[in-house]
Amino acid sequence: MRDVYVIGVGMTRFGELWEVSFKDLFVEAALAALDDAATDRLDAMYVGCMSSGLFVGQEHIGALLADYLGRNPIPATRVETACASAGAAIRLAYMEVAAGTSEVVLAGGVEKMTDGADVTAALATAADQEYEVYHGVTFPGLYALMARAHMHRYGTTREQLAQVAVKNHRHGALNPKAQFPFEITVEQVLASSMVADPLRLLDCSPVTDGAAALILASAEVAGQAQNHPPVLVIASAQATSTIALHNRPVITRLDAVQRAAEAAYKQAGITPDEVDVTEVHDCFTIAELCVMEALGYARPGEAAALVEAGETRIGGRMPINTSGGLKAKGHPVGASGAAQIVEITQQLRGEAGDRQVEGARIGLAQNMGGTGASCTVHILRAVS
Amino acid sequence: MKSPQYTREIPQRYRLEAQKCTRCGKIHFPPRLICSACHSRELEAITLPRQGKVLTWTVIHVPPANFSLEAPYIIAIVELEGGARLTCQVVDCDPDELAVDAPVELVFRRIKEDSPADIIQYGYKAVLRRG
Ligand SMILES: [Zn+2]
Repeated sequence: MRDVYVIGVGMTRFGELWEVSFKDLFVEAALAALDDAATDRLDAMYVGCMSSGLFVGQEHIGALLADYLGRNPIPATRVETACASAGAAIRLAYMEVAAGTSEVVLAGGVEKMTDGADVTAALATAADQEYEVYHGVTFPGLYALMARAHMHRYGTTREQLAQVAVKNHRHGALNPKAQFPFEITVEQVLASSMVADPLRLLDCSPVTDGAAALILASAEVAGQAQNHPPVLVIASAQATSTIALHNRPVITRLDAVQRAAEAAYKQAGITPDEVDVTEVHDCFTIAELCVMEALGYARPGEAAALVEAGETRIGGRMPINTSGGLKAKGHPVGASGAAQIVEITQQLRGEAGDRQVEGARIGLAQNMGGTGASCTVHILRAVS
Repeated sequence: MKSPQYTREIPQRYRLEAQKCTRCGKIHFPPRLICSACHSRELEAITLPRQGKVLTWTVIHVPPANFSLEAPYIIAIVELEGGARLTCQVVDCDPDELAVDAPVELVFRRIKEDSPADIIQYGYKAVLRRG
């Protein structure tokens, strides 16, 4: 297998972008990534998208988006693993370049969630329709079941959950692309409306329109890159777990995250403590804690104390979600996994501006779908 | 949910029909074609017990459209005697009465009506076993 580099990244602003269409969102991000890479060459593309069918009534988006990007006849494939769709698209693009089939491949994601669809119902299709959703559970509800179990088992407090959102908004306030570029307080989280007890509105990531894209390339092409130092992909891993949360051996343990992380650390030849900057899938505050524990950043039940101590802030020992995370940056479900790697790439290039983690050399991005039934983990390293 | 999809699930929803793997003993609900633990395809039909306990629960305040008239309502993960798990509503009780490990029993109830043109759907909900 050959080495694979990220030579270009691009993303749209995230938010309620009523004036922009599904197609134009993706094309805008893809053009930004091509410009960033200073190339016009593409041999193939993979597009992560959770539910264009339900959100905008459009399927067959691989060919559609290749057409509007002016790239017919290259192969173009839509990839779906719920909210991990972009992570899975990136993994397929990575493998295509690593295998030597293509030299330059675009991988990205797009979701247009505010065109009037029933968002709660569309998102719920990522859970078991017949044995979870049938009974009236929602996505916040499923994560609330995890939160209650975590609080009961480990003594995690309501305030500690709120601190995750406060930290991510603090980072998001520094990100001009973020949907919510402002700070919030623990008191505001605790006073926000109840969605699914114990989770409140400010524990939840928002409904977002947005797209993000990466250009992956072989060493030969990356060697010609002029604009930015290339970033090497040192691991690309994916795993699955039971679709229904109730069938997990331990409700608070994200087995697919743990499996994908173990495979990724092995590929990269590193241990978790060597990672300098991390983006995790904080669709709900409790998710960030459970993911930290599954990634091996903390022992089970001990993640909340690290957040409370400020260790996961920019400037802390293990900065997490420097972009603002899904919570503050926004969560266009099929695009979030690509936006995470946009952030990690900028961090490893030293181009993250006010959010820059000093001396960041190794970055990790963790993206998951459903209640963690699908998970991808990518690890990247600065080359220069 | 359309009626063919609903009708197929009646044995599970009405009567808690499940399976036990004859090789490794794992219980599967709903039934499936292969054991996820040992890959055996020899699975025998069983009926799940109705008694169990709450593992974790939530109160849904922002419901899906087809449950809008019922909110707020309680959803729990229930572990039945013998180890099978499922997700369902807990009814006829106040959230303050619930706790992790609270003993519950599954009862047959109306679940929902998706739209006026659709069928009324039934299934299991949990109630507290008091005293
Ligand atoms: Zn078995």
